[in-house]
Formats: sequence, C-alpha cells, structure tokens
Amino acid sequence: MEEEGEDVKLLGAWPSPFSYRVLWGLKLKGISFQYEEEDLARKSSALLRYNPVHRKIPVLVHGEKPIAESTVILEYIEEAWPQKNDHPLLPQDPLERAEARFWTKFVEDKNPTFFRYFRSTGVDQEQATEEAKQVLKAIEDYAELQIGKEGKKFFRGGTIGITDLTLGWISWWLKAMEEAVGVKLLMETTDEAEEGPFPNLSRWMKNFREDPVIRDNLPDFDDLVLYFKRLRHNFIATSD
Amino acid sequence: MAGDAVKLLGAWPSPFVMRAQIALNLKSVGYEFLEETLGTKSQLLLQSNPVHKKIPVLIHGDKLVCESLIIVQYIDEVWSSGPGMLPSDLYDRATARFWAAYIDDKWFPSLIGIAKAQDDGAKKAAIEQVSEILAVLEDAFTKCSKGKTFFGGDRVGYLDIAFGCFLGWLRVTEKMNGVELISRSKTPQLAQWAERFCADPAVKDVMPETDKLAEFAKVLFAKFKNPPSQ
Repeated sequence: MEEEGEDVKLLGAWPSPFSYRVLWGLKLKGISFQYEEEDLARKSSALLRYNPVHRKIPVLVHGEKPIAESTVILEYIEEAWPQKNDHPLLPQDPLERAEARFWTKFVEDKNPTFFRYFRSTGVDQEQATEEAKQVLKAIEDYAELQIGKEGKKFFRGGTIGITDLTLGWISWWLKAMEEAVGVKLLMETTDEAEEGPFPNLSRWMKNFREDPVIRDNLPDFDDLVLYFKRLRHNFIATSD
Repeated sequence: MAGDAVKLLGAWPSPFVMRAQIALNLKSVGYEFLEETLGTKSQLLLQSNPVHKKIPVLIHGDKLVCESLIIVQYIDEVWSSGPGMLPSDLYDRATARFWAAYIDDKWFPSLIGIAKAQDDGAKKAAIEQVSEILAVLEDAFTKCSKGKTFFGGDRVGYLDIAFGCFLGWLRVTEKMNGVELISRSKTPQLAQWAERFCADPAVKDVMPETDKLAEFAKVLFAKFKNPPSQ
C-alpha cells in the first residue's frame, strides 16, 4: 500500500494539454505531487533520462520510476492509488471500460488532424479544417447519446473520467488555437437559446470548464493565445 | 456474462485481428470467426463499428468491442481467472502499455513505410528507419523480459501480442526486399523471441504462413500502386 507524501513528480509544460491531463487526474484523485516545469526549448537532463525514447512531457515519476505518455500515465494513476477511489477515472464494468478507452483512443488518434489545422495555410488549411469538423461531428454524435439523451454531465457520468480528461483540451486549448489561426471550428455559442453545430459538445465543454478542479487548473487564456500565435508564425515561416 | 457466445469479425491476413485471436486462445475461449472479404465491408461490420468501419470487432453476446488492443484488454478483464495478460506489477503494466503504444504509433507506420516507398532511395530510408526501431525494441525486450522468454515474462502477454502479430508481415517484407530485419546477428533477443512466439500454441494456428501472406501481399500492393478509380 502506498503512503501519503511519497515521492511523486510530474514533469510538464504550461502550454501543453497533455501535461494538464495528468495534472487534472492527480488533482481530481487528491494525490500529492511535486510539479516541475520543463522548458521545451531547453529540455532538462532529467527529462532526457526519464523519457529517452520520446523526450517529451508529461512524465510522471513515482518513487524514481518514470512513466511517459499521458493516457498510459492516467491508467497507471487509476491503478496505483486504489485507496483514492472517490474519483475513479475508469468505470468498473469491462464493456464500459472498453468504451471509455475507445473514445480516449479516438481523440488521441485525431491529434494530427488538429495539428494540421493549426500549422497549415491555404488549401491545406481548408482541407484540415473540414477534417477537424468531421472529427468534432463524430464526437458530437457520441455526446448526443451520453450528454444529450442519457443526461450525463460528463462522458464518464457524474464525474470526470479518462475520456473527459483526454478530450478536455478542446474546451480551452482549441479555443485559443482558433484565436491564433483565425478559423472557427467549435462555433460555441454563448446564447443558450441558439444552438451551434455541436450543441451537446458545447454543453459538455461548459460542464468541464466549470468543474472546480479544472477551472482552477487552466493556463492563462491570453498567454496561451499569444503562445499559439507565435508558434503558428514559426511553423509557417519555416515551412517554405 | 463470460458464458455468452463470442464472435470475431476479422480477416486472416490482418495482424490486428490476430491480436484478438491470440488473446482468446490464451484464455481458451471458443469463438466463431466471421471472415470479411478484402475490398468489401459487410453490413455486420458497418453496423458493429460505425465509427471506423474496421476489423477486428469482438461480438460478445450483444456487446461490441472495437480496436484490437482494447479488445485484448476486454478479453483479459472478462475471462479473468488464471494469469492475466498484463503484468501484475503496476509499473510493469504501465511499461507494457507504453511499448504497445510505441508499436502502434511508431513501429507499424515504419513497417508499412517500406511497402509504400515509391523509389529505391525512399525504400532504403524506410528500411533504415525500421532497423532503428527494432534496435529500440531489442533494448525494450531486455528491460521487459527480465531474462525470461517473452516480453511478458514466462508466458505470452499483452506486449508480445501487440508486437508479435506483425511477424508474418515482417517476414514477407524481408523476403520481398531481400533484407534481414530481425536476425540473430542484429537483434539476437528478438530473433529468439520471434521463434518462441510463433511456436506458442496460442499463436501457431493463427499466424499465417509467410508464402501465403506473400501471395496476398502481391495482390494488395498492386492495389496501392494502381488504386481502382472511385
């Protein structure tokens, strides 16, 4: 059995949604940890030692044993602290677990689509935007069943789970990207009477952002927009 | 629940389908194999996996499970008596999941990269990339196996299944390109592991013969180079 205050470190970076997934998971479960900010332009020797294969954050280090890949870390967190079961990240039933993992993987596999939307211009950008909208539509259809028809607050149910944590980036980072790119994808409406093309996804995003743990653990929106503007500018400048 | 009828929607050449078959065999679960024809998608497939329209799909009673590694975990959790396919140590489990993700994200694209290479230069680069990845996996084997026979230890486990399913296609790639990718000289541990994996009772009847797969590959690659007009 693990004890309180044991050695748990999270290596992350403030602009990274992958980093936040793990941070949210730890905070939701009430696991104490030490956060270490990595400068991605100057990766620490610790990061290179902990994740030699990918050299990426996030990395969770538990008792000096490193674990990389955000969704792998979330599964580990769920299993390693069984006594922290007020907030399970995965359901108990094997079929429901398979469904949670299916949608988690779906979201993860679509990262390249959104990355293309973010860094491209012209015709390439238009194509990427179309693809990204189709991805959002697929998630909207799933949200229609879960959030719309079944009336759940989150994909997990009444509390945030692994699918919600993996998708959470769209409620904040994607919106910041939209500002930087100048092309809207989500078309979230502030007026409750008006429904955009993703009404159930919008409802889910609102629930997610309003959760006290999430709300208190988000990077500054304006800083993020500025960061993305600079990043996009660099991508475009170096792509020709 | 475990007693409900099991069907697997798949196709004999698919390494992803093989993952599910090996897992069912390891758990001694009987199942009906529903073969999909290449180039067509049955109504059952379109209904069972509307999001991706891909095999494998596990049909367990009235439950549908998609995505090969998710199916393997489902099988492990439902038929839970006996040894698990994931290691029992939590850190080792995370390590197995990490490497399985690496197999899907890095290994598999690099392997098809060879088939998709349009000229000799590209082919050479693709083969080089596969060799680099195999060197990484040789190292991973040392760490995961801890001196035992398989990635999973004494028995075929999750990571063995995740990677081993590609051995048929790897041998076809070697044959078609006149190269050695896994060999006793370059990747001694993987070479030994590959032999043991393919000989395992849960694997040997579902691993296609290299010659049969090579014939199939010729037909498939002809389609890559001359895609039928839509």
